[in-house]
Amino acid sequence: MSVAGREMNHAEGAPLAPSPGLVRRNVVGTILSVLFLLAIIVAVAALVTLLWTIVSRGWSWLSWGLIENPPSRRPERAGLNPALFGTIWIIGLTALVAFPVGVATAIYLEEYAGHSRLTRILQVNIANLAGVPSVVYGLLGLGVFVEFMNMGRVVLAGALTMALLSLPVIIIASQEAIRAVPSSLREAAYGLGATRWQVARHHVLPAALPGILTGTILSISRAAGETAPLLVVGAAGFLLKRPEGLFSSYTALPIQVYQWTSRPQAEFRELAAAAIIVLLVVLLVMNATAIIIRQRASRAQRW
Amino acid sequence: MSVRRRIHAGATALAVALLLAVSVVAAAWAQEATPIPYTPPENVGDLSGQILADGSSTVGPITEAVAEEFFAIAPGVEVEVNISGTGGGFKRFCAGETDIQDASRPISEEEIEMCREAGVQYYTFEVAYDGLSIVVNPENDFVECLTVDQLRQLWEADSAVDSWSDLNPEWPDETIALYGPGTDSGTYDYFVEAIIGGDTSTRTDYTPSEDDNALVEGVAGDDNALGFFGLAYYEQNQDRLKLVAVDGGNGCVRPSEETVRDLSYTPLSRPLYIYVNAESLTQPEVQEFMRFYLASAGELAADVGYIASPGEIYVQDQAKLDAAIAGTGTPDGPTTADATPAS
Repeated sequence: MSVAGREMNHAEGAPLAPSPGLVRRNVVGTILSVLFLLAIIVAVAALVTLLWTIVSRGWSWLSWGLIENPPSRRPERAGLNPALFGTIWIIGLTALVAFPVGVATAIYLEEYAGHSRLTRILQVNIANLAGVPSVVYGLLGLGVFVEFMNMGRVVLAGALTMALLSLPVIIIASQEAIRAVPSSLREAAYGLGATRWQVARHHVLPAALPGILTGTILSISRAAGETAPLLVVGAAGFLLKRPEGLFSSYTALPIQVYQWTSRPQAEFRELAAAAIIVLLVVLLVMNATAIIIRQRASRAQRW
Repeated sequence: MSVRRRIHAGATALAVALLLAVSVVAAAWAQEATPIPYTPPENVGDLSGQILADGSSTVGPITEAVAEEFFAIAPGVEVEVNISGTGGGFKRFCAGETDIQDASRPISEEEIEMCREAGVQYYTFEVAYDGLSIVVNPENDFVECLTVDQLRQLWEADSAVDSWSDLNPEWPDETIALYGPGTDSGTYDYFVEAIIGGDTSTRTDYTPSEDDNALVEGVAGDDNALGFFGLAYYEQNQDRLKLVAVDGGNGCVRPSEETVRDLSYTPLSRPLYIYVNAESLTQPEVQEFMRFYLASAGELAADVGYIASPGEIYVQDQAKLDAAIAGTGTPDGPTTADATPAS
């Protein structure tokens, strides 16, 4: 403030002679803006290269046959139908389990729990869980769902494992969204005699919903691309049928990609690229759904 | 191919007679592909159930191909094929978790013990041959042939070989970069057994990967590389790799369909096996799947890049299977009588 004031005094009298300090700050500013631009170029270039490689290799293999057929030893007949449906089952069930549990946890932590030592311990643990490598969740799922609860290597066990994997991020994102709701809203509701649940249900939740949904979809998209935990909890490598229920065996798109890349024939590696495109489309559809739901929700916002 | 799809048996005597005639002709015609005629039983479409296979990544593609064709005639049976490596697969098989084990080496003593403890008895069937190829970079113009002795010196634990000149003084003094499968793979075990001998291991300062394509990339990108993996991976990348002949005592032999099948490419020609849980073989869907497997293994193995075993092997396999299904067979192991069936 004071510096700017001095510059102005200068300008009134003598012809404009910027102080050395200003020149330096401008140079630093320019350098930094170039660096930031470079950073985004690197990120985008990596993405474009990746997409280009995948699309150029896999494009010619995209067909209805790929979507409709089961895998085959003949590349031209090979498809990923069981894997696609496996992924849809897993994603759907994961969302069904992780969304309510995650949001409920966030509501409890933000609206009900006080600032006790226990809450802090819970907080720290949830934050740590978000950083645990996914294969560790796979081992947990193998131990708890597949073996201890004796479910076997079925869709339900895979989905529950993925739900555990995506829970921490859903909780943290939901908490942030709930915290961003102005406290005046809560106070007004309390002032009118609303109970804690009424405040959470009718005021906080609707206001926080867009943020909650974004976090949830991002977290579940990440789960959809995971291979390691599914391999551990027993997704099948090769399966001709799509899952028929919670207790069917299943396979998933990332696993199909993994299988095809390990074949000696070059055609299968091109098929793997095509399978990656399908997986990307599934993820884009999910993200687009999230954006649409979010925009509808924020339009409905009353403040 | 057409053998198994050629006709649906009718109920009348005429149809039966016709079927017999056609079977004889078709069986004779199919002689060179597979000596075993396969006629699906009438109720094959009604079979249901689940068959679980796991094990070797080398044998897996054969079982997958068989599953694919079997699905066309018995869509009610769900066949799941996993690839945990021969070692990883035997752990599950001997715990009674899987019905079929794909193996690129015979079962080990330790694994037999595991099976015995869990009361799992099994039958063994040989389904195809595979050659292990030794490859170098195409830039390498001096290595044409290696003796088993040289390979052992190169790969044994605590090997003193560091550069090519340690193997042959005429070769350059460049450090060799080694590539090979990881230790859970049957290919690795087979190589150790055949080249180094016994229950030992190799040197550990090589680049291991469970992904054979990664090994191909490694050797193709490194002038001083040497690696080993299944022959199919060489055949699909011939322009980027150089095949090395192996001298097992009878001169230098390069692996090919002929030299692998007649075992003159020694000691790196290996049979591929499947192990079938004896208890699973009491289920009709497993019985039918196995009949189909043995009848089509030769043709399908060739389809996915391996070499069919000699015809008499499949005939022996089939006889063993028939006895096992009839209940008169003796499981191939574990042999002692104290094996108790799993409850």
